[in-house]
Amino acid sequence: MFEISELNKRNQKTQKLFQVLFLMMTLMLIMPVLIILGTLIYKGGSIISVDFLFTFPTDGMTAGGIFPALFGTVWLVAVALLVSVPVGVAAAIYLSEYAPDNWLTRIINLAIINLAGVPSIVHALFGVGAFVIFFKFGTSILAASLTLAIMTLPVVIVASRESLQAVPKAFREACWNMGATRWQTIRRVVLPNAVSGILTGVILEVSRTTGETAPIMFTGAAFFLPYLPQGVFDQTMALSLHLFVVSTQVPGIPEELPYGVALVLIGMVLLMNSVSIAFRMYLRGKKKW
Amino acid sequence: MQQSGKNMSHDEFDRRTMDWYVDKLMQSLVFIGGISAIIFIIGIFVFITMEGLDFVISRLDPVEFFTSEYWFPSDEDDPEYGILALIAGTASVTGLAMLVAIPFALGAAIYVGEFATGKTREYLKVLVELLAAIPSVVWGFIGLSIMNPLIIDVFDVPVGLNILNAGIILGLMAAPIMASIAEDALKAVPDGYREAAEAMGATRWQVIFKVVLPAAKNGLLGAVLLGVGRGFGETMAVLMATGHSVNMPTSIFDSVRALTATIAAELGETAVGSDHYGVLFTIGIFLFLITFLINLTADLIVRGVRKG
Repeated sequence: MFEISELNKRNQKTQKLFQVLFLMMTLMLIMPVLIILGTLIYKGGSIISVDFLFTFPTDGMTAGGIFPALFGTVWLVAVALLVSVPVGVAAAIYLSEYAPDNWLTRIINLAIINLAGVPSIVHALFGVGAFVIFFKFGTSILAASLTLAIMTLPVVIVASRESLQAVPKAFREACWNMGATRWQTIRRVVLPNAVSGILTGVILEVSRTTGETAPIMFTGAAFFLPYLPQGVFDQTMALSLHLFVVSTQVPGIPEELPYGVALVLIGMVLLMNSVSIAFRMYLRGKKKW
Repeated sequence: MQQSGKNMSHDEFDRRTMDWYVDKLMQSLVFIGGISAIIFIIGIFVFITMEGLDFVISRLDPVEFFTSEYWFPSDEDDPEYGILALIAGTASVTGLAMLVAIPFALGAAIYVGEFATGKTREYLKVLVELLAAIPSVVWGFIGLSIMNPLIIDVFDVPVGLNILNAGIILGLMAAPIMASIAEDALKAVPDGYREAAEAMGATRWQVIFKVVLPAAKNGLLGAVLLGVGRGFGETMAVLMATGHSVNMPTSIFDSVRALTATIAAELGETAVGSDHYGVLFTIGIFLFLITFLINLTADLIVRGVRKG
Protein backbone atom coordinates (compact mmCIF):
# COMPACT_ATOMS: atom_id res chain seq x y z
CA MET A 1 0.00 0.00 0.00
CA PHE A 2 2.80 2.37 0.82
CA GLU A 3 4.94 1.23 -2.05
CA ILE A 4 6.50 4.09 -3.95
CA SER A 5 4.71 4.43 -7.23
CA GLU A 6 6.42 4.70 -10.59
CA LEU A 7 5.29 8.32 -10.82
CA ASN A 8 6.74 9.13 -7.42
CA LYS A 9 10.06 7.61 -8.35
CA ARG A 10 10.16 9.59 -11.55
CA ASN A 11 9.29 12.79 -9.72
CA GLN A 12 12.00 12.19 -7.17
CA LYS A 13 14.53 11.62 -9.90
CA THR A 14 13.52 14.87 -11.61
CA GLN A 15 13.82 16.68 -8.32
CA LYS A 16 17.36 15.38 -7.74
CA LEU A 17 18.23 16.31 -11.31
CA PHE A 18 17.02 19.88 -10.86
CA GLN A 19 18.70 20.28 -7.51
CA VAL A 20 22.03 19.24 -9.02
CA LEU A 21 21.44 21.49 -12.04
CA PHE A 22 20.82 24.55 -9.89
CA LEU A 23 23.80 23.75 -7.67
CA MET A 24 25.94 23.55 -10.83
CA MET A 25 24.64 26.94 -11.95
CA THR A 26 25.46 28.49 -8.60
CA LEU A 27 28.94 27.01 -8.68
CA MET A 28 29.47 28.15 -12.26
CA LEU A 29 28.68 31.67 -11.13
CA ILE A 30 31.32 31.47 -8.43
CA MET A 31 33.96 29.34 -10.16
CA PRO A 32 35.17 31.85 -12.78
CA VAL A 33 35.78 34.39 -10.07
CA LEU A 34 37.81 31.96 -7.99
CA ILE A 35 39.84 31.10 -11.11
CA ILE A 36 40.35 34.81 -11.78
CA LEU A 37 41.44 35.46 -8.19
CA GLY A 38 43.82 32.52 -8.44
CA THR A 39 45.29 33.92 -11.67
CA LEU A 40 45.71 37.37 -10.14
CA ILE A 41 47.53 35.90 -7.14
CA TYR A 42 49.63 33.58 -9.32
CA LYS A 43 50.74 36.31 -11.73
CA GLY A 44 50.80 39.35 -9.46
CA GLY A 45 51.65 37.89 -6.08
CA SER A 46 55.39 37.87 -6.73
CA ILE A 47 55.64 41.64 -7.20
CA ILE A 48 53.87 42.60 -4.00
CA SER A 49 56.23 43.68 -1.27
CA VAL A 50 56.61 46.49 1.23
CA ASP A 51 58.69 48.32 -1.38
CA PHE A 52 55.94 47.96 -3.98
CA LEU A 53 53.41 49.51 -1.63
CA PHE A 54 55.60 52.33 -0.38
CA THR A 55 57.68 53.63 -3.29
CA PHE A 56 56.94 55.89 -6.24
CA PRO A 57 56.60 54.50 -9.78
CA THR A 58 59.82 54.88 -11.75
CA ASP A 59 60.98 54.63 -15.39
CA GLY A 60 57.74 56.00 -16.88
CA MET A 61 55.64 53.82 -14.57
CA THR A 62 57.20 50.58 -15.88
CA ALA A 63 58.89 49.92 -12.54
CA GLY A 64 58.71 50.92 -8.91
CA GLY A 65 55.75 50.99 -6.60
CA ILE A 66 52.28 52.38 -6.20
CA PHE A 67 52.62 54.59 -3.14
CA PRO A 68 51.18 57.84 -4.57
CA ALA A 69 48.16 55.93 -5.92
CA LEU A 70 47.49 54.29 -2.55
CA PHE A 71 48.01 57.58 -0.74
CA GLY A 72 45.68 59.39 -3.17
CA THR A 73 42.96 56.77 -2.74
CA VAL A 74 43.10 57.26 1.02
CA TRP A 75 42.70 61.03 0.50
CA LEU A 76 39.78 60.62 -1.90
CA VAL A 77 37.97 58.13 0.33
CA ALA A 78 38.52 60.19 3.50
CA VAL A 79 37.18 63.43 2.02
CA ALA A 80 34.25 61.60 0.40
CA LEU A 81 33.34 60.04 3.76
CA LEU A 82 33.41 63.44 5.50
CA VAL A 83 30.57 64.47 3.22
CA SER A 84 28.57 61.31 2.61
CA VAL A 85 28.46 59.89 6.14
CA PRO A 86 26.80 62.92 7.83
CA VAL A 87 24.43 63.51 4.91
CA GLY A 88 23.66 59.81 4.51
CA VAL A 89 23.05 59.20 8.21
CA ALA A 90 20.86 62.33 8.41
CA ALA A 91 18.85 61.06 5.45
CA ALA A 92 18.51 57.65 7.09
CA ILE A 93 17.38 59.23 10.38
CA TYR A 94 14.79 61.28 8.54
CA LEU A 95 13.49 58.27 6.60
CA SER A 96 13.43 55.96 9.60
CA GLU A 97 12.33 58.33 12.41
CA TYR A 98 10.41 61.24 10.89
CA ALA A 99 9.21 60.52 7.37
CA PRO A 100 5.45 60.06 7.09
CA ASP A 101 4.15 57.68 4.44
CA ASN A 102 3.45 60.31 1.81
CA TRP A 103 4.40 61.33 -1.71
CA LEU A 104 7.56 63.14 -0.58
CA THR A 105 8.92 60.01 1.07
CA ARG A 106 8.12 58.00 -2.03
CA ILE A 107 9.99 60.52 -4.18
CA ILE A 108 12.97 60.44 -1.80
CA ASN A 109 13.10 56.64 -2.06
CA LEU A 110 12.86 56.84 -5.82
CA ALA A 111 15.67 59.42 -5.88
CA ILE A 112 17.88 57.13 -3.78
CA ILE A 113 17.27 54.21 -6.15
CA ASN A 114 18.06 56.39 -9.14
CA LEU A 115 21.15 57.89 -7.52
CA ALA A 116 22.44 54.32 -7.25
CA GLY A 117 21.37 53.52 -10.80
CA VAL A 118 22.77 56.52 -12.69
CA PRO A 119 25.81 55.34 -14.70
CA SER A 120 29.13 56.17 -13.07
CA ILE A 121 30.25 58.11 -16.14
CA VAL A 122 27.17 60.35 -15.85
CA HIS A 123 28.20 61.04 -12.25
CA ALA A 124 31.58 61.99 -13.71
CA LEU A 125 29.93 64.43 -16.15
CA PHE A 126 27.99 65.90 -13.24
CA GLY A 127 31.20 66.26 -11.25
CA VAL A 128 32.85 68.10 -14.16
CA GLY A 129 29.85 70.38 -14.77
CA ALA A 130 29.11 71.13 -11.12
CA PHE A 131 32.30 70.95 -9.06
CA VAL A 132 35.13 71.44 -11.56
CA ILE A 133 33.50 74.19 -13.65
CA PHE A 134 30.54 75.75 -11.83
CA PHE A 135 31.91 75.82 -8.29
CA LYS A 136 35.42 76.39 -9.69
CA PHE A 137 37.13 73.71 -7.61
CA GLY A 138 39.13 72.71 -10.69
CA THR A 139 40.28 69.13 -11.12
CA SER A 140 41.03 68.47 -7.48
CA ILE A 141 40.61 65.98 -4.66
CA LEU A 142 37.67 68.07 -3.46
CA ALA A 143 35.79 67.81 -6.79
CA ALA A 144 36.54 64.10 -7.16
CA SER A 145 35.60 63.28 -3.57
CA LEU A 146 32.32 65.21 -3.75
CA THR A 147 31.44 63.30 -6.93
CA LEU A 148 32.27 60.01 -5.21
CA ALA A 149 30.34 61.03 -2.09
CA ILE A 150 27.15 61.71 -4.04
CA MET A 151 27.53 58.54 -6.05
CA THR A 152 27.97 56.27 -2.99
CA LEU A 153 25.43 58.10 -0.81
CA PRO A 154 22.75 55.40 -1.37
CA VAL A 155 25.05 52.77 0.20
CA VAL A 156 25.20 54.70 3.51
CA ILE A 157 21.53 55.66 3.46
CA VAL A 158 20.24 52.14 2.83
CA ALA A 159 22.51 50.45 5.40
CA SER A 160 21.89 53.11 8.07
CA ARG A 161 18.14 53.14 7.53
CA GLU A 162 18.04 49.37 7.88
CA SER A 163 19.90 49.37 11.17
CA LEU A 164 17.84 52.29 12.55
CA GLN A 165 14.62 50.50 11.67
CA ALA A 166 15.87 47.36 13.40
CA VAL A 167 15.73 49.19 16.76
CA PRO A 168 12.41 48.13 18.32
CA LYS A 169 9.64 50.70 18.46
CA ALA A 170 9.14 50.04 22.17
CA PHE A 171 12.59 51.53 22.92
CA ARG A 172 11.44 54.85 21.47
CA GLU A 173 8.03 54.76 23.12
CA ALA A 174 9.58 54.11 26.53
CA CYS A 175 11.82 57.11 26.04
CA TRP A 176 9.02 59.42 24.83
CA ASN A 177 6.95 58.46 27.87
CA MET A 178 9.75 59.74 30.09
CA GLY A 179 9.26 63.16 28.49
CA ALA A 180 12.23 63.08 26.14
CA THR A 181 12.03 65.00 22.88
CA ARG A 182 12.25 63.19 19.57
CA TRP A 183 15.87 64.20 19.08
CA GLN A 184 16.86 63.20 22.64
CA THR A 185 15.32 59.80 21.96
CA ILE A 186 17.22 59.44 18.70
CA ARG A 187 20.54 60.57 20.19
CA ARG A 188 20.39 58.67 23.49
CA VAL A 189 18.47 55.53 22.55
CA VAL A 190 18.11 54.89 18.82
CA LEU A 191 21.58 55.87 17.53
CA PRO A 192 23.59 54.00 20.21
CA ASN A 193 21.64 50.86 19.34
CA ALA A 194 22.13 51.32 15.60
CA VAL A 195 25.67 52.69 15.43
CA SER A 196 27.39 49.38 14.73
CA GLY A 197 24.99 48.64 11.88
CA ILE A 198 25.71 52.08 10.44
CA LEU A 199 29.41 51.30 10.72
CA THR A 200 29.08 48.18 8.53
CA GLY A 201 27.41 50.40 5.93
CA VAL A 202 30.26 52.89 6.13
CA ILE A 203 32.83 50.12 5.60
CA LEU A 204 30.88 49.00 2.52
CA GLU A 205 30.94 52.55 1.27
CA VAL A 206 34.70 52.82 1.76
CA SER A 207 35.05 49.68 -0.35
CA ARG A 208 32.78 51.04 -3.11
CA THR A 209 34.58 54.38 -3.13
CA THR A 210 37.98 52.70 -3.34
CA GLY A 211 37.04 50.79 -6.49
CA GLU A 212 35.28 53.52 -8.46
CA THR A 213 37.23 54.79 -11.45
CA ALA A 214 35.05 56.60 -13.97
CA PRO A 215 33.79 59.34 -11.60
CA ILE A 216 37.31 60.47 -10.70
CA MET A 217 38.87 60.32 -14.17
CA PHE A 218 38.01 63.91 -15.10
CA THR A 219 37.31 65.43 -11.71
CA GLY A 220 40.57 65.06 -9.82
CA ALA A 221 42.57 61.92 -10.48
CA ALA A 222 45.68 62.19 -12.64
CA PHE A 223 47.48 59.51 -14.66
CA PHE A 224 50.82 60.31 -13.10
CA LEU A 225 52.10 62.86 -10.62
CA PRO A 226 55.69 62.99 -9.34
CA TYR A 227 54.56 64.37 -5.97
CA LEU A 228 51.98 63.70 -3.29
CA PRO A 229 48.89 65.92 -2.92
CA GLN A 230 49.26 68.59 -0.23
CA GLY A 231 45.63 69.55 0.20
CA VAL A 232 42.10 69.14 -1.16
CA PHE A 233 42.71 71.48 -4.09
CA ASP A 234 45.52 69.36 -5.51
CA GLN A 235 45.12 66.61 -8.05
CA THR A 236 46.10 63.14 -7.02
CA MET A 237 46.78 59.67 -8.34
CA ALA A 238 44.35 56.91 -7.36
CA LEU A 239 44.71 53.15 -7.21
CA SER A 240 41.70 52.34 -9.39
CA LEU A 241 42.71 54.77 -12.13
CA HIS A 242 46.31 53.57 -11.79
CA LEU A 243 45.16 50.04 -12.72
CA PHE A 244 43.46 51.44 -15.83
CA VAL A 245 46.57 53.44 -16.74
CA VAL A 246 49.15 50.69 -16.26
CA SER A 247 47.02 48.13 -18.10
CA THR A 248 46.09 50.27 -21.12
CA GLN A 249 48.22 53.38 -21.43
CA VAL A 250 51.79 52.34 -20.69
CA PRO A 251 53.59 50.40 -23.41
CA GLY A 252 56.35 47.96 -22.52
CA ILE A 253 55.26 47.40 -18.97
CA PRO A 254 56.34 44.15 -17.29
CA GLU A 255 53.37 41.78 -17.12
CA GLU A 256 53.32 41.29 -13.35
CA LEU A 257 52.99 45.02 -12.57
CA PRO A 258 49.34 45.52 -13.61
CA TYR A 259 48.51 42.14 -12.06
CA GLY A 260 50.07 43.35 -8.82
CA VAL A 261 48.06 46.58 -8.88
CA ALA A 262 44.84 44.63 -9.59
CA LEU A 263 45.64 42.26 -6.75
CA VAL A 264 46.17 45.09 -4.26
CA LEU A 265 42.93 46.80 -5.34
CA ILE A 266 40.77 43.67 -5.27
CA GLY A 267 42.43 42.59 -2.02
CA MET A 268 41.54 45.88 -0.34
CA VAL A 269 37.95 45.79 -1.58
CA LEU A 270 37.31 42.15 -0.68
CA LEU A 271 38.97 42.59 2.72
CA MET A 272 36.74 45.55 3.59
CA ASN A 273 33.63 43.73 2.41
CA SER A 274 34.56 40.64 4.40
CA VAL A 275 35.13 42.73 7.52
CA SER A 276 31.74 44.36 7.01
CA ILE A 277 29.98 40.99 6.51
CA ALA A 278 31.74 39.37 9.49
CA PHE A 279 30.87 42.36 11.66
CA ARG A 280 27.25 42.15 10.56
CA MET A 281 27.04 38.44 11.41
CA TYR A 282 28.67 39.03 14.79
CA LEU A 283 26.11 41.74 15.56
CA ARG A 284 23.25 39.54 14.47
CA GLY A 285 24.46 36.82 16.85
CA LYS A 286 24.80 39.28 19.70
CA LYS A 287 21.41 40.94 19.34
CA LYS A 288 19.27 40.58 22.44
CA TRP A 289 15.88 41.54 21.04
CA MET B 1 -0.81 94.42 35.27
CA GLN B 2 -3.01 91.91 33.65
CA GLN B 3 -0.81 91.98 30.62
CA SER B 4 2.30 91.01 32.60
CA GLY B 5 0.41 88.32 34.52
CA LYS B 6 -0.57 86.75 31.26
CA ASN B 7 3.03 86.81 30.18
CA MET B 8 4.14 85.10 33.37
CA SER B 9 1.72 82.26 32.99
CA HIS B 10 2.71 82.02 29.36
CA ASP B 11 6.35 81.71 30.39
CA GLU B 12 5.59 79.06 32.95
CA PHE B 13 3.83 76.82 30.48
CA ASP B 14 6.10 77.55 27.60
CA ARG B 15 7.59 74.21 26.50
CA ARG B 16 10.10 75.95 24.26
CA THR B 17 13.15 75.17 26.36
CA MET B 18 16.64 74.68 24.96
CA ASP B 19 15.77 71.02 24.30
CA TRP B 20 12.75 72.06 22.28
CA TYR B 21 14.87 74.30 20.04
CA VAL B 22 17.52 71.60 19.64
CA ASP B 23 14.79 69.17 18.71
CA LYS B 24 13.35 71.49 16.06
CA LEU B 25 16.82 72.32 14.73
CA MET B 26 17.78 68.66 14.39
CA GLN B 27 14.45 67.88 12.77
CA SER B 28 15.14 70.45 10.07
CA LEU B 29 18.72 69.25 9.66
CA VAL B 30 17.76 65.60 9.10
CA PHE B 31 14.97 66.77 6.81
CA ILE B 32 17.58 68.50 4.66
CA GLY B 33 19.56 65.25 4.69
CA GLY B 34 16.40 63.41 3.75
CA ILE B 35 15.67 65.49 0.69
CA SER B 36 19.37 65.64 -0.30
CA ALA B 37 18.91 62.62 -2.57
CA ILE B 38 16.22 64.52 -4.50
CA ILE B 39 18.41 67.62 -4.65
CA PHE B 40 21.35 65.59 -5.98
CA ILE B 41 19.36 63.72 -8.63
CA ILE B 42 17.89 67.01 -9.87
CA GLY B 43 21.35 68.58 -9.61
CA ILE B 44 22.83 65.85 -11.79
CA PHE B 45 20.21 66.45 -14.46
CA VAL B 46 20.52 70.24 -14.29
CA PHE B 47 24.32 70.33 -14.48
CA ILE B 48 24.74 67.83 -17.32
CA THR B 49 21.95 69.62 -19.20
CA MET B 50 23.65 72.97 -18.60
CA GLU B 51 26.85 71.72 -20.22
CA GLY B 52 25.06 69.93 -23.05
CA LEU B 53 22.34 72.50 -23.77
CA ASP B 54 24.38 74.71 -26.10
CA PHE B 55 25.05 71.75 -28.33
CA VAL B 56 21.48 70.47 -28.20
CA ILE B 57 20.08 73.87 -29.26
CA SER B 58 22.60 75.04 -31.82
CA ARG B 59 24.05 71.94 -33.36
CA LEU B 60 22.02 68.81 -32.62
CA ASP B 61 20.16 67.13 -35.45
CA PRO B 62 18.11 64.47 -33.64
CA VAL B 63 17.61 62.40 -36.79
CA GLU B 64 21.32 62.30 -37.56
CA PHE B 65 22.15 61.79 -33.87
CA PHE B 66 20.07 58.64 -33.49
CA THR B 67 20.22 57.14 -36.99
CA SER B 68 23.69 57.86 -38.31
CA GLU B 69 26.39 55.29 -37.64
CA TYR B 70 29.17 57.78 -38.31
CA TRP B 71 30.91 59.04 -35.20
CA PHE B 72 33.69 61.46 -36.17
CA PRO B 73 33.34 64.17 -33.53
CA SER B 74 36.89 65.44 -33.81
CA ASP B 75 36.96 65.89 -37.59
CA GLU B 76 37.77 69.58 -38.07
CA ASP B 77 36.05 70.18 -41.39
CA ASP B 78 33.01 67.96 -41.19
CA PRO B 79 32.44 66.38 -37.79
CA GLU B 80 29.73 63.72 -37.63
CA TYR B 81 27.75 63.01 -34.51
CA GLY B 82 25.86 59.76 -35.08
CA ILE B 83 25.51 57.50 -32.08
CA LEU B 84 23.70 54.58 -33.74
CA ALA B 85 26.85 52.44 -33.76
CA LEU B 86 27.47 53.31 -30.11
CA ILE B 87 23.91 52.36 -29.18
CA ALA B 88 24.36 49.12 -31.13
CA GLY B 89 27.59 48.50 -29.22
CA THR B 90 25.99 49.07 -25.83
CA ALA B 91 22.90 47.06 -26.76
CA SER B 92 24.80 44.07 -28.16
CA VAL B 93 27.10 43.83 -25.14
CA THR B 94 24.23 44.26 -22.68
CA GLY B 95 22.12 41.73 -24.61
CA LEU B 96 24.83 39.08 -24.54
CA ALA B 97 25.51 39.86 -20.89
CA MET B 98 21.87 39.20 -20.06
CA LEU B 99 21.98 35.89 -21.98
CA VAL B 100 24.92 34.91 -19.79
CA ALA B 101 23.63 36.35 -16.53
CA ILE B 102 19.90 35.49 -16.48
CA PRO B 103 20.19 31.67 -16.36
CA PHE B 104 23.00 31.71 -13.80
CA ALA B 105 21.45 34.40 -11.64
CA LEU B 106 18.09 32.66 -11.68
CA GLY B 107 19.65 29.23 -11.08
CA ALA B 108 21.72 30.57 -8.20
CA ALA B 109 18.71 32.40 -6.73
CA ILE B 110 16.59 29.23 -6.87
CA TYR B 111 19.35 27.09 -5.36
CA VAL B 112 20.17 29.54 -2.56
CA GLY B 113 16.54 30.42 -1.89
CA GLU B 114 14.79 27.08 -2.27
CA PHE B 115 17.28 24.23 -1.90
CA ALA B 116 20.27 25.32 0.19
CA THR B 117 19.85 25.32 3.95
CA GLY B 118 21.70 26.49 7.05
CA LYS B 119 25.42 27.12 6.70
CA THR B 120 25.63 26.34 2.96
CA ARG B 121 23.02 28.97 2.27
CA GLU B 122 24.81 31.50 4.46
CA TYR B 123 28.19 30.87 2.77
CA LEU B 124 26.74 31.03 -0.74
CA LYS B 125 25.03 34.32 0.05
CA VAL B 126 28.28 35.79 1.37
CA LEU B 127 30.16 34.61 -1.73
CA VAL B 128 27.56 36.17 -4.03
CA GLU B 129 27.79 39.42 -2.06
CA LEU B 130 31.59 39.43 -2.39
CA LEU B 131 31.33 38.82 -6.14
CA ALA B 132 29.14 41.90 -6.47
CA ALA B 133 31.83 43.98 -4.76
CA ILE B 134 34.60 43.49 -7.33
CA PRO B 135 35.31 46.93 -8.88
CA SER B 136 34.53 47.40 -12.57
CA VAL B 137 38.09 48.46 -13.42
CA VAL B 138 39.29 45.07 -12.13
CA TRP B 139 36.73 43.34 -14.36
CA GLY B 140 37.98 45.42 -17.27
CA PHE B 141 41.53 44.35 -16.49
CA ILE B 142 40.41 40.70 -16.41
CA GLY B 143 38.79 41.14 -19.83
CA LEU B 144 41.95 42.72 -21.16
CA SER B 145 44.56 40.37 -19.77
CA ILE B 146 42.86 37.01 -19.11
CA MET B 147 39.82 36.78 -21.42
CA ASN B 148 41.51 38.40 -24.42
CA PRO B 149 44.21 35.74 -25.00
CA LEU B 150 41.73 33.02 -24.02
CA ILE B 151 39.24 34.06 -26.72
CA ILE B 152 42.00 34.36 -29.33
CA ASP B 153 43.15 30.82 -28.48
CA VAL B 154 39.78 29.11 -28.18
CA PHE B 155 37.98 30.67 -31.16
CA ASP B 156 41.00 31.31 -33.35
CA VAL B 157 40.10 34.96 -34.01
CA PRO B 158 42.61 37.80 -34.48
CA VAL B 159 41.25 40.07 -31.72
CA GLY B 160 39.89 38.93 -28.38
CA LEU B 161 38.52 42.31 -27.31
CA ASN B 162 34.99 42.11 -28.66
CA ILE B 163 31.29 41.69 -27.86
CA LEU B 164 31.87 38.15 -26.58
CA ASN B 165 34.56 39.27 -24.13
CA ALA B 166 32.66 42.29 -22.79
CA GLY B 167 29.38 40.36 -22.75
CA ILE B 168 30.81 37.58 -20.57
CA ILE B 169 32.55 40.08 -18.27
CA LEU B 170 29.42 42.19 -17.92
CA GLY B 171 27.31 39.05 -17.42
CA LEU B 172 29.57 37.94 -14.57
CA MET B 173 29.36 41.43 -13.07
CA ALA B 174 25.59 41.68 -13.28
CA ALA B 175 24.74 38.11 -12.22
CA PRO B 176 25.48 38.43 -8.46
CA ILE B 177 23.32 41.56 -8.12
CA MET B 178 20.52 40.01 -10.16
CA ALA B 179 20.80 36.79 -8.13
CA SER B 180 20.38 38.57 -4.82
CA ILE B 181 17.40 40.64 -6.04
CA ALA B 182 15.84 37.51 -7.57
CA GLU B 183 16.37 35.66 -4.30
CA ASP B 184 14.54 38.46 -2.46
CA ALA B 185 11.68 38.06 -4.94
CA LEU B 186 11.51 34.31 -4.27
CA LYS B 187 11.63 34.94 -0.52
CA ALA B 188 8.67 37.33 -0.85
CA VAL B 189 6.44 34.44 -1.99
CA PRO B 190 4.49 33.41 1.14
CA ASP B 191 5.39 29.99 2.58
CA GLY B 192 1.68 29.15 2.60
CA TYR B 193 1.82 28.83 -1.20
CA ARG B 194 4.59 26.26 -0.97
CA GLU B 195 2.93 24.36 1.85
CA ALA B 196 -0.40 24.23 0.03
CA ALA B 197 1.26 22.82 -3.08
CA GLU B 198 3.30 20.31 -1.11
CA ALA B 199 0.16 19.19 0.74
CA MET B 200 -1.35 18.41 -2.65
CA GLY B 201 1.56 16.04 -3.27
CA ALA B 202 3.74 18.28 -5.45
CA THR B 203 7.48 17.64 -5.40
CA ARG B 204 10.00 20.38 -4.64
CA TRP B 205 10.72 21.23 -8.26
CA GLN B 206 7.03 21.16 -9.13
CA VAL B 207 6.43 23.64 -6.32
CA ILE B 208 9.20 25.84 -7.67
CA PHE B 209 8.15 25.73 -11.32
CA LYS B 210 4.39 25.74 -10.96
CA VAL B 211 3.94 27.89 -7.86
CA VAL B 212 6.97 29.91 -6.71
CA LEU B 213 8.30 31.11 -10.07
CA PRO B 214 4.91 32.27 -11.40
CA ALA B 215 4.20 34.02 -8.09
CA ALA B 216 7.60 35.75 -8.12
CA LYS B 217 7.37 36.66 -11.81
CA ASN B 218 7.31 40.44 -11.32
CA GLY B 219 10.18 40.52 -8.87
CA LEU B 220 12.28 38.42 -11.22
CA LEU B 221 11.46 40.77 -14.09
CA GLY B 222 12.56 43.66 -11.86
CA ALA B 223 15.85 41.86 -11.22
CA VAL B 224 16.44 41.46 -14.96
CA LEU B 225 15.62 45.13 -15.61
CA LEU B 226 18.09 46.26 -12.96
CA GLY B 227 20.68 44.03 -14.63
CA VAL B 228 19.95 45.72 -17.96
CA GLY B 229 20.31 49.11 -16.30
CA ARG B 230 23.64 48.07 -14.88
CA GLY B 231 24.76 46.89 -18.31
CA PHE B 232 23.81 50.17 -19.97
CA GLY B 233 25.64 52.21 -17.39
CA GLU B 234 28.78 50.15 -16.93
CA THR B 235 31.79 52.14 -18.01
CA MET B 236 35.29 50.93 -17.18
CA ALA B 237 34.76 47.23 -17.94
CA VAL B 238 33.23 47.86 -21.37
CA LEU B 239 35.83 50.52 -22.13
CA MET B 240 38.61 48.00 -21.59
CA ALA B 241 37.01 44.79 -22.93
CA THR B 242 35.04 45.78 -26.06
CA GLY B 243 38.00 46.76 -28.22
CA HIS B 244 36.61 50.29 -28.40
CA SER B 245 36.19 50.66 -32.16
CA VAL B 246 33.12 52.30 -33.67
CA ASN B 247 31.44 49.51 -35.54
CA MET B 248 27.99 48.21 -36.45
CA PRO B 249 28.40 44.67 -35.11
CA THR B 250 27.64 41.69 -37.35
CA SER B 251 29.00 38.91 -35.14
CA ILE B 252 29.95 38.48 -31.51
CA PHE B 253 33.62 38.54 -32.52
CA ASP B 254 33.35 42.16 -33.70
CA SER B 255 34.88 44.93 -31.64
CA VAL B 256 32.37 47.60 -30.69
CA ARG B 257 32.23 50.79 -28.69
CA ALA B 258 29.74 51.61 -25.96
CA LEU B 259 28.05 54.95 -25.18
CA THR B 260 29.56 55.16 -21.71
CA ALA B 261 33.03 54.19 -22.88
CA THR B 262 32.95 56.92 -25.55
CA ILE B 263 32.45 59.59 -22.90
CA ALA B 264 35.17 58.10 -20.70
CA ALA B 265 37.67 57.91 -23.55
CA GLU B 266 37.02 61.27 -25.21
CA LEU B 267 36.06 63.77 -22.53
CA GLY B 268 39.69 64.25 -21.52
CA GLU B 269 40.74 65.43 -24.98
CA THR B 270 37.96 67.94 -25.65
CA ALA B 271 37.99 71.67 -24.96
CA VAL B 272 35.33 72.86 -22.50
CA GLY B 273 32.43 74.37 -24.49
CA SER B 274 33.37 72.85 -27.85
CA ASP B 275 30.85 70.89 -29.94
CA HIS B 276 32.63 67.65 -29.16
CA TYR B 277 32.40 68.43 -25.43
CA GLY B 278 28.71 69.27 -25.85
CA VAL B 279 27.87 66.08 -27.71
CA LEU B 280 29.48 63.96 -24.98
CA PHE B 281 27.25 65.67 -22.41
CA THR B 282 24.28 65.10 -24.73
CA ILE B 283 25.09 61.37 -24.67
CA GLY B 284 25.23 61.74 -20.89
CA ILE B 285 21.71 63.22 -20.85
CA PHE B 286 20.52 60.34 -23.06
CA LEU B 287 22.12 57.76 -20.70
CA PHE B 288 20.65 59.50 -17.65
CA LEU B 289 17.15 59.44 -19.12
CA ILE B 290 17.38 55.79 -20.27
CA THR B 291 18.69 54.48 -16.94
CA PHE B 292 16.17 56.67 -15.07
CA LEU B 293 13.39 55.05 -17.07
CA ILE B 294 14.74 51.53 -16.54
CA ASN B 295 15.15 52.03 -12.79
CA LEU B 296 11.74 53.62 -12.47
CA THR B 297 10.08 50.71 -14.30
CA ALA B 298 11.99 48.13 -12.28
CA ASP B 299 11.01 49.87 -9.05
CA LEU B 300 7.34 50.06 -10.03
CA ILE B 301 7.30 46.37 -10.96
CA VAL B 302 9.05 45.25 -7.76
CA ARG B 303 6.87 47.52 -5.61
CA GLY B 304 3.81 46.07 -7.28
CA VAL B 305 4.87 42.65 -5.99
CA ARG B 306 5.33 43.82 -2.43
CA LYS B 307 1.87 45.36 -2.33
CA GLY B 308 0.15 42.36 -3.91
